[in-house]
Amino acid sequence: MVLNDSQMRQETAASDLAIELRGISKAFGPVQANKDISIRVRRGTIHGIVGENGAGKSTLMSILFGFYRADSGEIFINGKPTEIPDSESAIRAGIGMVFQHFKLVENFTVLENVILGAEDSGLLRPSLARARGLLKDLAREFELNVDPDALIEDLSVGHQQRVEILKALYREADILILDEPTGVLTPSEADHLFRILKGLKEQGKTIILITHKLREIMDVTDEVSVMRRGEMVATRVTAETSPTELAELMVGRKVLLRVEKPPAQPGAEVLRVESLRHVDSQGVERLRGISFGIRKGEILGIAGVSGNGQSELLEVLAGLREAEGKVLLDNEALPLSGAGCDGQARRARRIAHVPEDRQRRGLVMNFHAWENIALGYHHDPRYNPSPWRMNNAAILRDTTGKMEAFDVRPPDPQLKASGFSGGNQQKLVLAREIEYEPDLLLVGQPTRGVDIGAIEFIHQRLIRLRDAGAAVLLVSVELDEILALSDRIIVMFDGRIMGERMPDETNAQELGLMMAGMA
Amino acid sequence: MDIATIVQVLESTLRLATPLLFACLAGLISERAGIFDIGLEGKMLMAAFVSAAIAFVSGNVWIGASAAIFASVMLSLLHGVASITFRGNQLISGVAINFLAAGITVVVAQNWFRQGGRTPSLSGDARMQRIDLPFVDALRDVPVLGPVYTILSGHAPLVYVAFLCVPLTWYLLFRTRFGLRLRAVGENPAAVDTAGISVIGLRYGAVAICGVLCGLAGAYLATGLSAGFVKDMTAGRGFIALAAMIFAKWRPWHAMWAVLLFGLLEAVANRFQNIEILGIGIPVQAMQALPYILTVVILAGFVGKAIPPRAGGAPYVKEH
Amino acid sequence: MSSRGKIPHWADVTLVPLFSVALAFALSAVLIWAIGESPWQAVKLMVEGAFGSSYGWGYTLFYATNFIFTGLAVSVAFQARLFNIGGEGQALLGGLGVALICLYIPWPHWSVALIAASLGAALFGAAWAIIPGYLQAKRGSHIVITTIMFNFIAASLLGYILVNVLRVPGSQDPASPRFPSEVALPKLHEMLALVGIPFSTVPPVNIALLIAIGMCFMVWYMLWRTRLGYQIRAFGESEPAAQYAGISPARITIYVMLISGGLAGLMAVNAVMGEQQRLVMNAVEGAGFIGIAVALMGRNHPFGVFLAAILFGFLYQGGAELALWMSIPRELIVVIQALVILFTGALDNMVRMPIARVFARRKRAG
Repeated sequence: MVLNDSQMRQETAASDLAIELRGISKAFGPVQANKDISIRVRRGTIHGIVGENGAGKSTLMSILFGFYRADSGEIFINGKPTEIPDSESAIRAGIGMVFQHFKLVENFTVLENVILGAEDSGLLRPSLARARGLLKDLAREFELNVDPDALIEDLSVGHQQRVEILKALYREADILILDEPTGVLTPSEADHLFRILKGLKEQGKTIILITHKLREIMDVTDEVSVMRRGEMVATRVTAETSPTELAELMVGRKVLLRVEKPPAQPGAEVLRVESLRHVDSQGVERLRGISFGIRKGEILGIAGVSGNGQSELLEVLAGLREAEGKVLLDNEALPLSGAGCDGQARRARRIAHVPEDRQRRGLVMNFHAWENIALGYHHDPRYNPSPWRMNNAAILRDTTGKMEAFDVRPPDPQLKASGFSGGNQQKLVLAREIEYEPDLLLVGQPTRGVDIGAIEFIHQRLIRLRDAGAAVLLVSVELDEILALSDRIIVMFDGRIMGERMPDETNAQELGLMMAGMA
Repeated sequence: MDIATIVQVLESTLRLATPLLFACLAGLISERAGIFDIGLEGKMLMAAFVSAAIAFVSGNVWIGASAAIFASVMLSLLHGVASITFRGNQLISGVAINFLAAGITVVVAQNWFRQGGRTPSLSGDARMQRIDLPFVDALRDVPVLGPVYTILSGHAPLVYVAFLCVPLTWYLLFRTRFGLRLRAVGENPAAVDTAGISVIGLRYGAVAICGVLCGLAGAYLATGLSAGFVKDMTAGRGFIALAAMIFAKWRPWHAMWAVLLFGLLEAVANRFQNIEILGIGIPVQAMQALPYILTVVILAGFVGKAIPPRAGGAPYVKEH
Repeated sequence: MSSRGKIPHWADVTLVPLFSVALAFALSAVLIWAIGESPWQAVKLMVEGAFGSSYGWGYTLFYATNFIFTGLAVSVAFQARLFNIGGEGQALLGGLGVALICLYIPWPHWSVALIAASLGAALFGAAWAIIPGYLQAKRGSHIVITTIMFNFIAASLLGYILVNVLRVPGSQDPASPRFPSEVALPKLHEMLALVGIPFSTVPPVNIALLIAIGMCFMVWYMLWRTRLGYQIRAFGESEPAAQYAGISPARITIYVMLISGGLAGLMAVNAVMGEQQRLVMNAVEGAGFIGIAVALMGRNHPFGVFLAAILFGFLYQGGAELALWMSIPRELIVVIQALVILFTGALDNMVRMPIARVFARRKRAG
């Protein structure tokens, strides 16, 4: 049986609720991050919140922890209306939060991090002693063992996360919120975490688990709420739902994008990637042996929830990150580290790159449009009649042509990048990269923050590039976009490839399950 | 070199190290909280002038010192307003404070005393009196202990206060709640913020302590080490203190040894124009430059890398 | 140096510095008033002293020449978001380069000597800047701290060389011998006399002024008309974007410091070769630091630097007159300089706020 909201309200007395949110709304400028959200979390349960990227999960939890203030709505903690203007009030109300990016002082010991902000007195010694005792107890009770005197920077990510949980427990939190806690963990570390969470539940603690991984939801939660585009779309008892239903709720029945697309005429293989591995600066392995190939005249879509290695894959191929493994372009190796592994060298090999974050990487926001058209192509001999002169007039002429070809509005090459709308900024980047006529185009989130009209235009351009014989590697968290554009789809999860599908032989639900690690 | 010369040089080392020590600990506390401070020089200079001027007018060196602390804290708060409240560039703010002090002290000194930008010479109670440790006369002739005790005795009270500040600073930073939070805010302000503590409050607190210590440094400089204020009398000591702080890698006890080393270099350079070590003549300028050279070497990481507090220099902007 | 309020670009580069200077002047006026003098009288004296005669103009332009060089040095570094406080030391070393070239090579004519001395000054200044630049690029040593340290090391080095190497035998003065008269640079009055314009013969303003103006143009050209300048500006505006474009941060950092140090070193051509005609300990007289104020006020643009340098030239010449005729010491100028740095560089967000408010209101009204 599936409970709907009103039925559940009847069955649950108000006093059984650890948290109740009523009509929470929050907007950032024109973006409505949370729309009239209501949720009831029963005491002593593990309550999951799932949703795609940007569904508003993190915003909602930040409101609960006093990081943001809601524009409207009410918060009830243990049945009592509660104001949470700042983190201090949240802590006092018994809420503990484990952020996705830990808030630990790296060169402090575990003990020091645990007591920070919750010291008993002006002198540290008594607090440290008490914390040491408490840590010992918690370690025994919940498998939360960490060396209290170790420095955080010497601990593995999994242990650092335990410190975050210990911090919350030291503050006597009754309600624990975990934001994407397994994103940085190995599978065995994740299993360990879930054992801890179950133990905490048995002690009467309430746990809110924010995740996009359906397997975790099915394994550990008692109830699950689904968010989509800033709204709370459903709450289910976990035992009475299925991954398929949740995936459907998460993805929704959106109007499918239709793109006019002639069938692909794939040619020879342009790019071959063999067992690619990448460890990021935090020491987390982001790519765990990726292998695939792309052919001429083909769009290969890489689907996945953000944070599963797609961004790193794109940047490794673009020469912005170093990696291990083998990448062949036209059967010739691409250097993956050291000299010859940078944006210039890649462009020389006719690889163009539309980065995921156009405002940080793809454009210099304080540069004029025409200056941005030269970004990455500033060595082009057409722009440099001599090393002592850059021909700004030539760039300007070029820009005018490119802006016209890509319908960038306003068509003013002298306008600064920051003066264009998101869609037009993106067209500017695409104009620069596509007009280079690359053999391989790496493109990340081509339509993020772009209005509907521009989306269609951008999609057509990518297809036209494909039809001209280029290979396109498309990374997007928008399933619809992947389905509409790709000639072949790879799903990435946790740094690995979960599988490959042809777009006409699959659907959003199947891909959603794969993206959640359920295939 | 005879014993008497060595004793003299070491005594002078302690005196010269004192303003450096105050300023170095001041910078240490500020930077531990994530606020870079290259304005130590300016705060010291301002304090030196105010202490000398007020001590002269009031005839009481301690009134002068209190005024110096007040003036220095005011400059500190200006730095705080620029770098904490308005999230301005901490380095530029420090530079500005150095010039502000260099200018105002001379303009006001000239206006008040008309002696070419200096204060009149201080004497009597307007100057910091030296205090003799007990039994210094009785112990003078005891071998080893005698000369050591003589070196330690006969300094102005602020010399003892400065060296007392070393364990105090250590204790404050590493044994108290305030110190834990202060260090945390310099490493990762987000950790402090999510723990429900005010980042801004902590940083202002650190900046204010920095001001107090710079005030003491300046007061000792003008009323203890010298007998009055002269134009630009800090002569780069604020930067030597900064160098000592980096050299000590932001640790109080190491800071003490660093300023003693730099103090010794200055004392030796003052006493001898040229020194020969193993037959090689070392010019006095090399001695003067040594603190700076050592600091660059440390910064370059050739001998143990100096890693500043990680959140240093950046204003805190709340995000998650 | 971040912009938070929404202000049009033109207002940001004109109104913010003007407003800052106005604030600095107002506070300085309060200081003058507080020490019992008349601010109005002081302003009159300064303006008359700096602009009222060709004598005053000569000194104003002489100081401005120094400040153009050091201001450009700081600006070029700022374009790459590097804060080079080491202008003072780099200029000192530039002075050493000028002195060595003028003293040890017999020059037939000032013009050849000028070219050689300019190259020497730039080379020595650049050499002094490349070490902090290299350490920043390759070892991550904070360039602000290393350039400060290098100022002091430069002072000690110069002290040693003046006392032990260059000093005139028998003299107590730590200064080099006078340069031969062949290398004396033509003064502005000589140059103007060629076209029949009379000008005071006293002030040391000389042909280096033209080099400074030429450098303004060269720096502008380099920054906005060459590939190197493009890369410097892209790196300064956004390091992630520069990396995306394949611009090497380490290489740009080192190039920028070379150029910056070279410009600071060039200042010695004006001060050492043009004025003092020998190398002395305080050849630079704080001009390296004034470069910071000039660059901040000039918004890191060569044209802005030129205007700001004239303003500070006026302040220095006017300040000297003040010290002469009123009991206000020259250090008043240091106060103004400090306030300009404070308002344009550290409290710029505060200065912007009221301006942003006015624009917001106008927008709503319009």
